[in-house]
Amino acid sequence: MEAVANSKVSAFVENWSLPAGNETLRAEALQALKGMDFPTTRVEDWKYTRITRITNKTFHQSAMTLDVKPYIIPNLEAHVLVFVNGYFQKNLSTILEGDVITIADVNDLDNSYYTNVLEDVDENVFSLMNKAFATAGVYLTIPKNQKAAYPIHLLHVSTGERTVANVRHFIQAETGSKAEVFATFHSEGANDALVNVVFEGHIQENAKLTINKLQSEEQSTFHIANEIFVQDPSSNFEINTITIGGLLVRNGLNILVEGENCYTELNGVYLGKGKQLLDNHTFVDHLFGNCTSSETYKGVMDDQSIGVFNGKVVVRQDAQKIQAYQSNGNVLLSEQATVNSKPELEIYADDVRCSHGSTTGQLDEQAVFYLRARGLSEKKAKELLVSAFIGEVLEKVDNATYRAYVDELFWQKFGWQF
Amino acid sequence: MLTIKNLHASIDGQAILKGLNLEVKPGEVHAIMGPNGAGKSTLASVLAGKEEYEITGGEVDFDGKDLLELETEERAKEGLFLAFQYPVEIPGVSNINFLRTALNEIREYRGEEPIAAKDFMAMVREKSKLVELDAKLASRSVNEGFSGGEKKRNEIFQMAMLEPKLAILDETDSGLDIDALRIVAGGVNKLRNQNNAIIVITHYQRLLDYIIPDFVHVLADGKIVKTGPKELALELEEKGYDWINDNAQTV
Amino acid sequence: MGYTEEELAKDLENSEYKFGFTTNIESDRAPNGINEDIIRFISAKKEEPEWLLEYRLNAYKAWRQMTEPEWAHIHYEKPQFEDICYYAAPKQTKKYESWDDVDPEMKETMKKLGISMEEQKRLTGTAVDFVMDSVSVATSFKAKLKELGIIFCSFSEAVQEHPELVKKYMGSVVPSKDNFYAALNSAVFTDGSFCYIPKGVRCPMELSTYFRINEGGTGQFERTLVVADEGSYVSYLEGCTAPMRDENQLHAAVVELIALDNAEIKYSTVQNWYPGDKNGKGGVYNFVTKRGICEKNAKISWTQVETGSAVTWKYPSCILKGDNSVGEFYSVAVTNNFQQADTGTKMIHLGKNTKSTIISKGISAGQSHNSYRGLVQIHANADNARNFSQCDSLLMTDRSGAHTFPYIECKNNSAKIEHEATTSKIGEDQIFYCLQRGISEEKAISLIVNGYCKEVLNQLPMEFAVEAQKLLEISLENSVG
Repeated sequence: MEAVANSKVSAFVENWSLPAGNETLRAEALQALKGMDFPTTRVEDWKYTRITRITNKTFHQSAMTLDVKPYIIPNLEAHVLVFVNGYFQKNLSTILEGDVITIADVNDLDNSYYTNVLEDVDENVFSLMNKAFATAGVYLTIPKNQKAAYPIHLLHVSTGERTVANVRHFIQAETGSKAEVFATFHSEGANDALVNVVFEGHIQENAKLTINKLQSEEQSTFHIANEIFVQDPSSNFEINTITIGGLLVRNGLNILVEGENCYTELNGVYLGKGKQLLDNHTFVDHLFGNCTSSETYKGVMDDQSIGVFNGKVVVRQDAQKIQAYQSNGNVLLSEQATVNSKPELEIYADDVRCSHGSTTGQLDEQAVFYLRARGLSEKKAKELLVSAFIGEVLEKVDNATYRAYVDELFWQKFGWQF
Repeated sequence: MLTIKNLHASIDGQAILKGLNLEVKPGEVHAIMGPNGAGKSTLASVLAGKEEYEITGGEVDFDGKDLLELETEERAKEGLFLAFQYPVEIPGVSNINFLRTALNEIREYRGEEPIAAKDFMAMVREKSKLVELDAKLASRSVNEGFSGGEKKRNEIFQMAMLEPKLAILDETDSGLDIDALRIVAGGVNKLRNQNNAIIVITHYQRLLDYIIPDFVHVLADGKIVKTGPKELALELEEKGYDWINDNAQTV
Repeated sequence: MGYTEEELAKDLENSEYKFGFTTNIESDRAPNGINEDIIRFISAKKEEPEWLLEYRLNAYKAWRQMTEPEWAHIHYEKPQFEDICYYAAPKQTKKYESWDDVDPEMKETMKKLGISMEEQKRLTGTAVDFVMDSVSVATSFKAKLKELGIIFCSFSEAVQEHPELVKKYMGSVVPSKDNFYAALNSAVFTDGSFCYIPKGVRCPMELSTYFRINEGGTGQFERTLVVADEGSYVSYLEGCTAPMRDENQLHAAVVELIALDNAEIKYSTVQNWYPGDKNGKGGVYNFVTKRGICEKNAKISWTQVETGSAVTWKYPSCILKGDNSVGEFYSVAVTNNFQQADTGTKMIHLGKNTKSTIISKGISAGQSHNSYRGLVQIHANADNARNFSQCDSLLMTDRSGAHTFPYIECKNNSAKIEHEATTSKIGEDQIFYCLQRGISEEKAISLIVNGYCKEVLNQLPMEFAVEAQKLLEISLENSVG
């Protein structure tokens, strides 16, 4: 790759080949990558997340296939689009008949979106790498005043040694439309695999978009997500992020609320074990008044895992009558676990009601004692309390079928019941 | 004391008061009753000078002064008191400090000396007994952590302290149990005299069992549609407001 | 009619700085700029021992290598370090034995500051050390304190009289290379206060220091070192003022508190440096490093009321090293016009059963920006650590900003950390309620603001609380009509 000159970044992408399509965009991204470096912990946004264990390795692109049945959400009638190592697998995918939505290749994405809707978005080294090297992704449109007949399930699986998956999705929720999207990430026999995903969306006036995201990879994968959603006036956006897998996961979720009367809801659950590092960075930018945003993230960290939460809410000047709520709760189950929480508020308007709260601690010992006195084992008592703790966030997931799937997953993985 | 002529008021462009007339003389107690949304609380807010309301017509004379020309605090200093339907909490500001500030501002307006601390405390003790308000509440923050009943009693306590010419009690009975209602009403009755007047705004008749009004007015759709003696309240309670509406339409 | 934002905003603009006067005392000043010679000059002027000169020069070398920090949420024109005068002593530097010897004009200055010593002596029994520009002028009550073995004197005097104490503790909490401004201070500090409370002694009076920048173009770099020996107690007050000048003056202090086993230090500050005029011209840059260390069962409590300075950068912190130690931070920060404040605290929990409380109340008016930045750090060995933080912001105008940047880092699962923050506008319903009781807007706002800050003001010693309330009033109103 001659386009990126002399840096760690260039070495990192050296053996990747540029996929076809969208040449202009890719060239721009390569240009922007020039001279860029990977962020260190001296960069405020990466203060708690050291990524050298990713950046000192090299990864390769590899189109592979495998049986994805285990990753299908049971009983969910949905369009299923399968991506293995970042490559679209048409044979494994199912697109149901008779829906109003259009599903296209993201490489057909109209370039103008980047200049019109997303021009102010700050790119970082990972999103730019993705832009240059994205091998696949959907460009999903929900047409004006229509409701998607079925949910859209974007199913991602990583497999193999040191593979990289650069996937890029774009959702266009047109005026008055409504849709529900599931994005799940798994891995199978993956070792040191990297998932570098970019998720973008434009929620137009009166539209409603719900995204349920599940990160359930093995503890041998790295996952970097950059998510940017732009809300037009009177739009509704909800995203629920459940993170239980991956060795190092970084979610960068950015929501630009570019109109009045919007509703934004962000919920997250992150459960760390072993040496996992799970990092959720969220940013809600209120540029207009009379909007509400509500954010609840809860983490349970066990073993030597590290949880990071950085929630930022900005209320711009003249964005009056904003109600913004943010809450972050953490439970540390082991002596070696760590939590770093940074809920930030930047308020430049006066007529606002904003609040945030953060709590960190262990499970209520008295409650544990109480349950043990009623005959529960200590382990069982703790499980019960942990499930009650995160249950509050899981309650926010409306889709009962998906909820049942998540409950089953928790039961299998942790032995927790809800 | 108070003469309201053809008062029109609106909020956010929506007309609420549509030509209201009312005459209150010293020593009188007037009850204003009416269905929800008739404009009862709007009347209270407009008289107190809440800014959200736009006066679109009419006039209000208060003891020879054009009330609508006065600032909110000037109205208060002239002797107009509003017992709030929802008393406001002011964290960190003690009731005592709040009242002393208010009392001294009013005294200053009248050209009187500030009240001496000793006299003030004696007055607090005396007046708090009127509504059986625990003396401890007097040193707590204004309405903060007060129960609904305590807030309402605190309103009447403040009325006793500030000795207004005209007191408007806005739904003071709402949320009160029967015992608290008796205490509040008892306090108000003790404050009645030949020189002051009281307007009781209420949805229910029960408060008027204790505070006996000289006149009962029915407010519907922004106007006084019926005026009668205290018995009118009972009639309303029995027959409901629809009776008035039907009646008013036929008149 | 009634209260409007615009009117309030206008009123606030008209608030005048009441302490803007300069005192006419011929001063003895060093040439502007900073280099090793200047440092040697300062050290020589103060007849310092060799080790202290060494300390200064090492700090200077370190400072040279450092860059000015930029992470705070503030924007300002960086000071020109070569244009600053690093030593300006009022000419009469002979030490005063008694209050009566003090220059009458200087006494007048103090009177204007509202700290007339006679009055203080009489009314409050407070011992006062007064630092004008760089030199400590007088310390009252010395004899009385001496009986108890309490040392309360200027820093220079401590260097001469108690070098072993100074040498032992200076830089032990804030190392000379801690940060850019601490390094600068360590190189060029001129005076300050020193206080030592012996074992088991409960200091019977409030100890108090007033700092004042007087000379144009000077920086003030004072150091305060408070050592509370085992089982002792002291309450320490610090007040600050500066005259109105249209250039920015730099104030870069270092305060170190050492609370040994079972000791308690209560440190209260009312900071009223000149904030600049209503167009944001002039005012003091207040870049201060304040930190205390708690040994076993010790307690340090910081209380601050910040109404002054054009730019404030200040995080009074506690290192809770000893088991069962306690750190507290109570703060009211008011910004108006174009003031900027980035202030908060760091609570570093190292010992077991350590406890910290943070109560921060920010008030933003005019076009000012007020940020809370705090760190709560629980280390792996800090079993059963507890922290509670409450950070509230009150916005007075639609052109001001309130920001909250809490950092919570927890490496111990038996810790319990709670953080709450709210941002809201001053309540219009509250103002209307006051108005309806006959209280003017001006008074209503003052009442509400004081109520909002009460939790913090209650932490201040009585006389100081009254002064702080007055300052809040001056900063936020008192200009209607």
